[in-house]
Amino acid sequence: MSTELVSGLPQMDGPNASQKLFDAETHTINFGPQHPAAHGVLRLILEMKGEVVERADPHIGLLHRGTEKLIEYKTYLQAMPYMDRLDYVSPMCMEHSFVLATERLLGIENDVPLRAKWIRTMFAEITRILNHLLNVTTYALDVGAITPSLWGFEQREHLLEFYEQVGGSHYHVNYFRAGGVAKDLPAGLEDRIGAWCQRFPKFLDELEGLLTQNRIFKQRTVDIGVMTAEQAMSWGFSGPCLRASGCAWDLRKSQPYEMYDQLEFDIPVGVQGDCYDRYLVRMQEMRQSLRMIEQCLTHIRPGPVKIADNKITPPSRGDMKRSMESLIHHFKLYTEGYHVPAGATYTVTEAPKGEFGVYMVADGTNRPYRCKIRAPGFAHLQAMEALSKGHMLADAVAIIGSLDIVFGEIDR
Amino acid sequence: MADAQELQALGAAIAEAADALVGGAVVEEVFVERGAELVLRARRDQIVPFMEMLRDDPRFAFEQVMDICGMDWPERAERFEVVYNLLSLALNQRVRILVSTDEATPVPSLINVWPAATWYEREAWDMYGIVFAGQPDLRRLLTDYGFEGHPLRKDFPLTGHVQVRYDETRKQVVNEPVVLTQDFRSFDFLSPWEGMTTLPGDEKVHQVRAERGQIEGPQGGNTP
Repeated sequence: MSTELVSGLPQMDGPNASQKLFDAETHTINFGPQHPAAHGVLRLILEMKGEVVERADPHIGLLHRGTEKLIEYKTYLQAMPYMDRLDYVSPMCMEHSFVLATERLLGIENDVPLRAKWIRTMFAEITRILNHLLNVTTYALDVGAITPSLWGFEQREHLLEFYEQVGGSHYHVNYFRAGGVAKDLPAGLEDRIGAWCQRFPKFLDELEGLLTQNRIFKQRTVDIGVMTAEQAMSWGFSGPCLRASGCAWDLRKSQPYEMYDQLEFDIPVGVQGDCYDRYLVRMQEMRQSLRMIEQCLTHIRPGPVKIADNKITPPSRGDMKRSMESLIHHFKLYTEGYHVPAGATYTVTEAPKGEFGVYMVADGTNRPYRCKIRAPGFAHLQAMEALSKGHMLADAVAIIGSLDIVFGEIDR
Repeated sequence: MADAQELQALGAAIAEAADALVGGAVVEEVFVERGAELVLRARRDQIVPFMEMLRDDPRFAFEQVMDICGMDWPERAERFEVVYNLLSLALNQRVRILVSTDEATPVPSLINVWPAATWYEREAWDMYGIVFAGQPDLRRLLTDYGFEGHPLRKDFPLTGHVQVRYDETRKQVVNEPVVLTQDFRSFDFLSPWEGMTTLPGDEKVHQVRAERGQIEGPQGGNTP
C-alpha cells in the first residue's frame, strides 16, 4: 500500500474510493456543563488522542450574570450582596475585598473600630476553612473517595451555623460593611466558636488519615498536573495553587491587611506543584486558619463594630426612634447611599482560592463607575490546557478538582 | 508597603528605563493614587517591549500580570482604557499601567509576555470590544454563543437587547427582544441636599438675598 493505514481502517482505493475516510485517532469530547466533576457549569472541550488529552479548551460564561454591569447601577451598599454570590463557597472573603476597596476610596480604612476588624479577620479565616473543606472533600469525591465529603459537609454545617448566627443566613450573609460589620456578634458566639476550635483538629486528623497516605488517592494525584514556580507565575497563579509550586507568597504576610500583621501563622509551601501538593497545602492551611481563629478570639474586645459616622453607617434603631437627624441619615443611606470621592483602587485580599482583587473606580457619585472583579479561579482555569496536556482523561478530573474551581467567581 | 515617595521614585525609575529602552517617551504620566498605588500611563504602541522590560529588569521584576481589564470613558477622545495590574513577588510591589484606545485601534497583545493574558484580553474584547493585535484566540469568553454587542460599554443598556426563553411549541430556546413590563428606573441622586441652598418654595427669598449680594448667583443650588 502506498499510504499508511489511517486509524486502523483499510485505505480506500479503487472502486470504494468514494467512501468517506475518518480519523478515529483523535476525537473531541464534550466534558460538562452537566458533569458532576466539572464543579459547576464548566464546558470543557477535550481533544483526545486515544485516552490522552491533546488539547483542552474550557468554555466558560454559562453562569455569567453580569455582576460588574449590575454593580455599576447600584449604590455601594446595594452592590454588597452581589459579592457573596461570586465565590459562593467563601462568601465573606468576597465581601472582604469589596469592603476594603470602598473603605480605601472613602479614606476611612484607619477609622474602622478594632472589634470590627478582628471580627472580619476571624470570619475570613472561618470562611477559608469552609472553602477548603468543600474543595478537599469534593476533590476526594472526584478521584473516588466518598467518605470525606460525607464527613466534611457535617463540619461545614457547624461553620455555616456561625454564619447564620451573625448574618441570619447560611450562605449569602452580606455581613461585612464599609466601616465595619452589619451587626455585633450575638451573645455566646465566641464561646461556641472556641468550643468548635477544640473539636475541629480531631476531624482534620481523621480526614488526613483517610486521604494523605491513601494509596488510591496518591495514585490519582501525585505527579498529576505539575506546575513549576515559573509556569505558575506566568499563568497568574495565586493562593494555594501558587504555594503548592513552591512560592512562599501569601498576601496576609507580604501585604498585610486588616489584622493579619498581628497574627502568628505559617505559610505552608509545596514542593512538586502537583495535584497532591495542592491538596497538602490546603490541609495545612486549615490548621493555620484554626490557629488564627483561636488568636482572634483572644483579641476580640467589647466595643463598637462600625464607625460612628452616620453618613456611612446607619444609626441604631433606638436613635431613629428619638432623633430626627438619625431618621434622615437612615433614609438617605438606604435610598441614596454615600458618595465616594473620585479615585481608583486595586484592592486585594488573600481569598481561600488566591488573590481576589477588586479594581474599583469611583467618580464621586453614589455608584461605582467601574468594579472589575479579579477572580483567582479565572487564571487557574485558564491554565487547564497547560496542566492537562498529555494526561489521561481521568487526570483532567483530578486537575479540575485540585484547582478549586467555582463558577460564581469565574463567570461573574 | 511602600510609601508615596518610594512609589514615586519607583515610577520615575520605570519611566526612565522605559524611555531609554525604546528611545522615546513611553511613559506619559506617573502618579501615585491616594498615596498608596503607583499608576503609569503608557503609550499603546510600545506596550509589549515595555511590559517585557518590567518583567525582566531585576529592579522591577513584575513577574505576574494579575489582572487586565477594560474601562469605558465615552466622553474621551479615545474612549477605552486597558488597565494592567502587575505584581512582583520578588520585590513585593505592584504597579498599574493604563493604556488608552478606541473602538478601531488595536492594542498589542501581551500573549508572548504572559500566557495568562489570553483570557483577560478575550474578556476585554467580549465586554468592551477592545481589539488586541497579535492575539490568536480573540473569541468571546463570557457571553453566550452568538451574542451581539459589548455589554460593559456605558451605552449598552443594563437590561440588554434580547431575552432568552424556551419555546414549548418550537421545542427550542429562542432569543426575543426584551420586553419590560415596567420601565427601567434609574434615579438621579446627583442633587444632594447638602449642596442645596434654595428649598423648594423659597425661590423668591433666594432671589432677594441674591440681589442684596448675600449669596452668589440667582440660584445657589439645585431646585427641582
